[in-house]
Amino acid sequence: MVNASASPAVTTNKKTLWKVIGASSLGTLIEWYDFYIFGSLAIVISTKFFPPDNPTAAFLSTLATFAAGFVVRPFGALFFGRLGDIIGRKYTFMVTLLLMGLATCAIGLVPGYETIGFAAPIIVLVLRLLQGLALGGEYGGAATYVAEHSEPHKRGFRTSWIQTTATFGLFISLAVIMLTKSSMSAEAFDDWGWRVPFLISSVMVVVSYFIRRNMDESPLFKKAKNEGKTSTNPLRESFGKKYNFKFVLLALFGATMGQGVIWYTGQFYALSFLQSVCKVDFDQTNFIIGCALLAGTGFFVFFGWLSDKIGRKPIMLAGMLLAVLTYRPIYDRMYRLTDVEAKQELMEQRRTVGQTLVKVYNDGSTATVVSQGDAVTQTVKVGQRAFFFLALLVFIQVLYVTMVYGPIAAFLVEMFPVHIRYTSMSLPYHIGNGIFGGLLPAVATYLVTKAQAANMAQQASGALPYDKPYLEGLWYPIIIASVSFIIGLLYIKNKNQDVQ
Amino acid sequence: MNTIKRILGIVWIVLGLAAGYYLIVSQAIPQFTSGKGEDLVPAVIYTFILMPIITGGLCIFGWYALTGEYRDGD
Repeated sequence: MVNASASPAVTTNKKTLWKVIGASSLGTLIEWYDFYIFGSLAIVISTKFFPPDNPTAAFLSTLATFAAGFVVRPFGALFFGRLGDIIGRKYTFMVTLLLMGLATCAIGLVPGYETIGFAAPIIVLVLRLLQGLALGGEYGGAATYVAEHSEPHKRGFRTSWIQTTATFGLFISLAVIMLTKSSMSAEAFDDWGWRVPFLISSVMVVVSYFIRRNMDESPLFKKAKNEGKTSTNPLRESFGKKYNFKFVLLALFGATMGQGVIWYTGQFYALSFLQSVCKVDFDQTNFIIGCALLAGTGFFVFFGWLSDKIGRKPIMLAGMLLAVLTYRPIYDRMYRLTDVEAKQELMEQRRTVGQTLVKVYNDGSTATVVSQGDAVTQTVKVGQRAFFFLALLVFIQVLYVTMVYGPIAAFLVEMFPVHIRYTSMSLPYHIGNGIFGGLLPAVATYLVTKAQAANMAQQASGALPYDKPYLEGLWYPIIIASVSFIIGLLYIKNKNQDVQ
Repeated sequence: MNTIKRILGIVWIVLGLAAGYYLIVSQAIPQFTSGKGEDLVPAVIYTFILMPIITGGLCIFGWYALTGEYRDGD
């Protein structure tokens, strides 16, 4: 790891430092917003860009396209990380910002499957891949840039502002979607309104571009460049030399792999679970997640600050352990809070409007059952008490996210020397988050669907293979976070390192 | 502690190989041969993305651990 006494400190004054944090965070926030509106609109998108004859297959295909954006993130990390270590942090994350903005805006303009057939999902997939490449280059640049401006004893606190952007970006994406929906009829939103959140991105990207344009290059990178100490081949130095590569592997298996699955379970799988497994109303689900995110976001800064005092490792590992131990009870409780079969229906309030049956339950929950031919769909709107508890349960998961994610930028930056930092820290981060985390909604939803299908097939015999099929998806994050916890506990050192 | 780290290197190598076997033999092959369209996506994810990273990565990590690359003092 990087030696604490390598060179004298390069400092940035406080005012400039907050400008650096603000400009870096704003750009990263917009990139996360761009990246997540696709996931937040997954159900709507599945009906627009994919064949409508099999809704489950269309939804899984949408999740796979969403996941494809994550899978290419490591390639973006390699490509832009290399550029960042050769030409500088600032110019590289300006390019990623523009690339992301263009791809997002273009998704909002692609005609649907009904208009251009299979070209629609293919174009969306290509644009999604471009989004993934851009994000792969953005985060490492922003985290490195802020860390290289920070005072050594406040690096966790300073970089934690970057860490809030992922959650805040998701929150803003949900808020923009809800505002857009509430400003028009359901038919208009379904027809064209869902494109608005994608198009809004272009305005935000232009604003952020002009803010970032006036910033200076990282002082540590500038110093290294002036001294002729930058790398000419950061990829070979990062991954071709055992001394660096062993730390890349350690960062991946001992930290980012576990952190990634906890991040995506707490924020994305919770959303997907409520919508597609519990069948909770789209708006209400977004509102539940939004409340939990808003309540939890400040804890990124708290745990970043705390990591400067007690070390990054104990906080990240505590978050992983708590998640492993409590995910199943939390999701079981979430399922039961939304399960109308276990609630008492108020029969006198039952009403039918056309082909829609509305059932009201004793806790204030309602179930709307729509019959169209053989297809019957049910949407649940939970009562006030259940809403509160669901928001609380998601908040607990967001708290775990803040524990593992708040200190990780500082942790990764401190693992690698300045001349290969952008490349070396970006790859494990994006494999952990992009691949292990990004695939989580698709893999977990698939595991639940498979378990439910197995139970359906055995229903006649009475011996069901799965006791709680809706919890099967959780084995993926639980196993991965457990392995990461053990590796992190044994192999990672607690002492925070210098980055100079 | 250094001895434990080294011995566990074997565990990581075995775990990597076991994960590869599970992902390919128990998950991907039955899904590739099921004939269902919705099984194809997870089968591709298991075979071409998760398996190489988990098996390859854990085996190399385990080898480094076994050969003492992560011993205290580095």
